[in-house]
Amino acid sequence: MSATTVVTGLGVVSPNGLGAAPYWDATRAGKSGIGRVTRFDPSQYPARLAGEVQGFVAEDHLTGRMIVQTDHMTRMALVAADWALADAAIEPRGLDGYDMGVVTASSAGGFEFGQGELRKLWSRGSQHVSAYQSFAWFYAVNSGQISIRHGMKGPSGVVVSDQAGGLDALAQARRQIRGGTRLMVSGAVDATICPWGWVAQLAAGRMSTSDQPARAYLPFDADARGHVPGEGGAILVLEEAGAAALRGARIYGEIAGYGATFDPRDTVGGTGLHKAIEIALADAGLRASQVDVVFADAAGIPELDRAEADAIGAVFGPRGVPVTAPKTMTGRLSCGAGALDTATALLAIRDSIIPPTVNIEPAADYDLDLVTGRGRPTPVRTALVLARGYGGFNSALVVRARNPHATGPQAGPDHTERTR
Amino acid sequence: MSTRRVVITGVGVLAPGGIGVKNFWSLLSEGRTATRRVSFFDPTPFRSQVAAEIDFDPELFGLSPQEIRRMDRSAQLAVVATAEAVADSGLDIQTLDPYRVGVALGSAVGATMGLDQEYRVVSDGGRQDLVDHQYAVPHLYNYLVPSSSAAEVAWKVGAQGPTTVVSTGCTSGIDAVGYAVEVIREGSAQVMITGATDAPISPITLACFDAIKATTPRNDDPEHASRPFDGTRNGFVLGEGSAIFVLEELDSARRRGAHIYAEIAGYTSRCNAFHMTGLRPDGLEMAEAISVALDQARINATDIDYINAHGSGTKQNDRHETAAFKLSLGEHARHVPVSSIKSMVGHSLGAIGSIEIAASVLAMAENVVPPTANLHTPDPECDLDYVPLTARDWPTDTVLTVGSGFGGFQSAMVLTRPERRPL
Repeated sequence: MSATTVVTGLGVVSPNGLGAAPYWDATRAGKSGIGRVTRFDPSQYPARLAGEVQGFVAEDHLTGRMIVQTDHMTRMALVAADWALADAAIEPRGLDGYDMGVVTASSAGGFEFGQGELRKLWSRGSQHVSAYQSFAWFYAVNSGQISIRHGMKGPSGVVVSDQAGGLDALAQARRQIRGGTRLMVSGAVDATICPWGWVAQLAAGRMSTSDQPARAYLPFDADARGHVPGEGGAILVLEEAGAAALRGARIYGEIAGYGATFDPRDTVGGTGLHKAIEIALADAGLRASQVDVVFADAAGIPELDRAEADAIGAVFGPRGVPVTAPKTMTGRLSCGAGALDTATALLAIRDSIIPPTVNIEPAADYDLDLVTGRGRPTPVRTALVLARGYGGFNSALVVRARNPHATGPQAGPDHTERTR
Repeated sequence: MSTRRVVITGVGVLAPGGIGVKNFWSLLSEGRTATRRVSFFDPTPFRSQVAAEIDFDPELFGLSPQEIRRMDRSAQLAVVATAEAVADSGLDIQTLDPYRVGVALGSAVGATMGLDQEYRVVSDGGRQDLVDHQYAVPHLYNYLVPSSSAAEVAWKVGAQGPTTVVSTGCTSGIDAVGYAVEVIREGSAQVMITGATDAPISPITLACFDAIKATTPRNDDPEHASRPFDGTRNGFVLGEGSAIFVLEELDSARRRGAHIYAEIAGYTSRCNAFHMTGLRPDGLEMAEAISVALDQARINATDIDYINAHGSGTKQNDRHETAAFKLSLGEHARHVPVSSIKSMVGHSLGAIGSIEIAASVLAMAENVVPPTANLHTPDPECDLDYVPLTARDWPTDTVLTVGSGFGGFQSAMVLTRPERRPL
C-alpha cells in the first residue's frame, strides 16, 4: 500500500493577491490582477497586457546577499516557500534534513537575470558577466535555493514541461513521499515578464493583442483571441498522511491521482488530455461522477479550448461537471499555473465554494457548465486540475478532501454515475 | 514497494570524439582525449578557451532542414542519439500502446546556444534593452522553454506517455534516468526513452564559468586540459553531447529476447543544502546518496566493481567525492577502480551523467574499465585507484556512477547484471 500524500501548507504569489489569504479573497470575489505591463515599456510590442505580481518587495523578505544572486522568480519562490512552511507550522531546522526534499517546476529559469547578463556580454564583453549567472538562470535554481534555505537534503528535483510542469512537479513530489520521504516542498513560481521573455513568448503566437484587461483573455468565449501571460504561482508543503496526522497538522486535502500524456506533433491534443484525465481518475480510484469541479487549463485559443472542452465532455458528459478557470484573473503563469490552481482547488474544498471564471460569456457549443461571474457555493470534496504545455504536454491532477477519521484510501461521496 | 525491475536495452551516444556507441567506446578504451581549442567561435576574449566539441552535421544524420531550423543543437543531439538507442534496442515502438511510452530527458541549460545567438540578434548586439520582436526567429519559444527537446524526442519515436525534461544542473543526466525508472516502477509507463543532452559551448556559458573560475585556463595544451584527480588540475573543460537509453521492465525485455545491458538497481538523489556552487570537503551528502542507492539495490559496497566518478577536475570536487567514496564504501574504496571519463570527453553539464551511464554499461559489456586520462601527478589528497592513462581489463558486473552539481544536488546510481541481483 502506497503512502498517502496530503497538503498541509500553501504559499501563494499571484497577480491578484500576495499570500494565500489575500489571493483567495480576491479570487472568490472575481478580482483580476491583469493590467498593462509596468515592468518595461510595452508600447512597441503587439501584446501589452500581463498579470504582474504587485506589491512584492524582495527586500522585506530576503537579505541583500540573496537578492543579488537571484532572479525575480526565485525571490518570489523563496518567499512562497517560507509562507507555505509557516502555514504548515513546520520548522524545518528541527527535522532531519534527509527527510525533506524539494521538487519544483521551471519553464524558462531565471530569464530576466539571463537577459541582463546576455546584454552585458554582448554590449560590454564577457568579463562583465556576473559570477551568479551560472546558477541564477538555470532551471534548477529554485529547488537548489529552497533546499539550502531550509536545510532540506532529501530527494529533490526539477521538471520542465512548460505549463504542465506545475502538476508534474507535485506528482514527482508525491513519488518521493511514496518512496519514504516524510515531507516535500513542491510547486512552481514562474516569471518571464521582461523584454527578452516577452519577445520569446510572442514567437509562440498565442498572446492576446487586446489592450482591454477585461476583454483580452477569454477562454471558452466566442471572442477568445489568445492569452495574457502572468507571473507567480504557488509552493505547497506535502506530507505523508500518517506523519501529518501524528503532529496534528491541519490538512487541506490529499493528492489523490495524477496522469500525464503527450500529443503527436501538430495536433491540438483533446484525446491525449482525455486520456490523462482517465489515468488520473483511475489512479485516484474515482469515478467521473465523484469529481465536483474541474480547474481548466483554459488556453484561450479557440482550437485548444475546443480540444479541452471535448476532453472534459468525453469524461463527464455535456455540462456534466462545473468547470472554472480562475486564471482569467491572473493570466497564464506557465508552470506556476498548475501549482496555483492546485492550491486554489484545495481552498475551494476548504470553503465549499467554486471560484469564478471572469469576463467570459461561455460559447454555447462547448457545452460546459462554466462557473462565471461570481463564485458558486457548493460542497467540494474532489477537484480535477488540468494543465497543458506548449508542444503537447497534458497533465491532470486530482485533489480531494481528507476525512480526518479515515484510515485507508478514502471513498468519495456516493453520487450516481453520470453519463460517460 | 513495487517489485518491477527496470533494465537498459538500448544505448545511443553522441559525445565529443565519439559519434555513436562504437566510436565513443573506442575513444574511452584507448584513453584518447577530445578536448581542443574552442572552434565554434573565437574564444580569445575568454579566460578558458578549451572545450570538448562534437563535429556534428545534423543533415548527415537525416534531420530535415525544418527540423534543424526549429531545434536548438541540444535537441538535435538528443534526437540523433535517440535514433541510435531505439535501433539498438530492437524494440518496435509502433507496436506498443503509445500512452505507455514516455520520455524523460535531462538537460542543465536547455537551448543556451540558441538563446545566446538569438539574443544577440534581437538586441542588436546588446545595444537595445527593449529587444525587437521583428527580428525573432519563429521557433524562439522552443528555446525559451527547453521541454521542447523532450517533445522532439517524443515525436521522433511516437511516444504519447508521460514526457518531461528533468533539469537538476550537472546531475540531470543521472536524475532523468532515475525519474524514468520511477515512472516504470510505479506502472505509469512500460517503456521510457530517457537520457540527457546539453550543448552549452556558447559565449554566455564560457563567460559565466570564467566569472567563477570553474573552467580551466590551460589554453596552451587543450588536449591535456582536463585532468581530474591530478595535482596540476585547475578546473573543468566544458563539453557537449547526448546519451539516450531505452528503459523497460525486466520481464518484458526478457520475453522479447532483448539484449540487456544492465539493470538500474538503485538510484538516489540528495541535496547538500549548503551552497549553490560550493561543496563541503567531507562528502557527506554524496556518501548518503551512495549508501541509499546500494540499499535500494540490495547490493553490498564490496560488490561494486567499478566507480564511474563525477571527476570534474576541480580541486573542490575531486576531494569531495574521494571523501564520499571512503565514507560510503569504507575499506573497499581503496580496492575498487575509480575513473573519470571527463578527462576525455569534458563536462557536458546536464548531459554528462547519462554519457557516464553509457560508459558504465559499456564497461560492463566489455569488462574493461575506461581510464582517467592526463593523470600523471596524483593529488596526494586523492589517494584512490583512479586508473591512470590506460584502460584496464577488469571483470565488471556492478558499477556505481555518481554526479554532483550546482544547486547542491548529489546523485548516485547502481547498475548491475540482473542475474547478479538476488530477489
